[in-house]
Amino acid sequence: MKPSPFTYHRPTSVGEAVSTLAGLGASGKVLAGGQSLVPLMSMRLSAPDHLVDINGLAELDTVEVSDGQVRIGAGARQARVERDAVVRDTVPLLGQALVNVAHPTIRNRGTVVGSLVHADPSAELPAVLLLLGGVMELRSPDGVREVAATDFFLGPMSTAARPGDLAVAARFPCQPPGSGTSFVEVSRRHGDFALCGAAAVAVTGPDGAISSARVALVGVGGTAVVVDMTPAVRGSGGDLDPSVRDGLVDEHVDPEGDIHATADYRRELARVVTGRALEQAVGRARDGGRRR
Amino acid sequence: MTTETPMHLSLVVNGTRREVEVPARRLLSDVLRHDLGLTGTHVGCEHGVCGACTVLVDGAPMRSCLLFAVSVEGAEVTTVEGCRAADGSLGPVQAAFRDCHALQCGFCTPGFVTTVTAYLRENRAPTETEAREAISGNLCRCTGYQNIVAAVLKAAEATVPAEAAPGGERR
Repeated sequence: MKPSPFTYHRPTSVGEAVSTLAGLGASGKVLAGGQSLVPLMSMRLSAPDHLVDINGLAELDTVEVSDGQVRIGAGARQARVERDAVVRDTVPLLGQALVNVAHPTIRNRGTVVGSLVHADPSAELPAVLLLLGGVMELRSPDGVREVAATDFFLGPMSTAARPGDLAVAARFPCQPPGSGTSFVEVSRRHGDFALCGAAAVAVTGPDGAISSARVALVGVGGTAVVVDMTPAVRGSGGDLDPSVRDGLVDEHVDPEGDIHATADYRRELARVVTGRALEQAVGRARDGGRRR
Repeated sequence: MTTETPMHLSLVVNGTRREVEVPARRLLSDVLRHDLGLTGTHVGCEHGVCGACTVLVDGAPMRSCLLFAVSVEGAEVTTVEGCRAADGSLGPVQAAFRDCHALQCGFCTPGFVTTVTAYLRENRAPTETEAREAISGNLCRCTGYQNIVAAVLKAAEATVPAEAAPGGERR
């Protein structure tokens, strides 16, 4: 269980990292937190010839709010984002999802942007970016390319980032007043990858009734699956119609079975976590939304 | 085939500056054990699941098997050897583990001691539930965890100044 040899690069600026990566093309790989990459390399599932370490780049270790968006730099550790008071107030779904990401020890090193670029179909953060309609910032020598979440996630471990691109940041839209969010997942053991999970967002209209309810499901497809659940919200009370809810989930989700769970069990879990996450999100939206 | 040129690595390990030449692919866990002879850090699963190799990097618990040592160049690393008291006797967390019989074979213990040491700096008076959550990333196959939870609570008492203990700082 030792990684293959590689050539290590430690750029001292983002510009140098970008030009190094561009020169390496497909033989180069970015090392951020490494909490997914290092075990893959130890198991020899991945053997990049070159690693470009961005851990020392302070200019990437940023969490900023501007223009109604929270911008998280590629160096920001998950633990820092999870504890950030501004993030908690503006994009509470991020913190709600992050507590489900592995263990605190892993989150001390792992980065938000790294999780997004890794694009594991069981991972929590891609679902958050997709559900909220966030944007990835990919930098190359040609400049910064902005890719919407819907165009970024292509399949399991597969994104629109090209060889040589450096994902420098992800931007999450701030939660509007009168909305509520939740993240619920089921895993075999605490901290394991989710068998199935749901991120949910509910929005109240001017009359206080729920005007929109959506979920993003993880672990049941190649990427997170976004489902508009608004038709399942019954009347002004925000109650969910279970048969409409399950019908919508079944319509959009076609999970595969594996050694952890059968396809049928995953489908059942998708219904359950959808229900739980939506109920919480609706409750929080009706309580005034922004506060958890 | 990539040729491996050793890289110079400088770390402050348990308060002492250490300089070694290591290949870039060497994991921090292996540098600690093989290059520095600090075999208190145990290597279990080697892919970040078991927690036995947990050390503190600039004060924060991290899996040393999930870090290339060169990527933490210059960092302050605390291993279980650094969790002892200044006079060389057991530190408060180690003593609590002994007193509560919180170890049996001892393989997982270094990871627990480092994790709990860092946790108690953040939360000086955890509840039992919080203590369980704090150790949730560390696997033990002997004890059934009951005595480890007891040791976390006992270590918290031992490290909290007496006047702050009852009903003290809680999250």
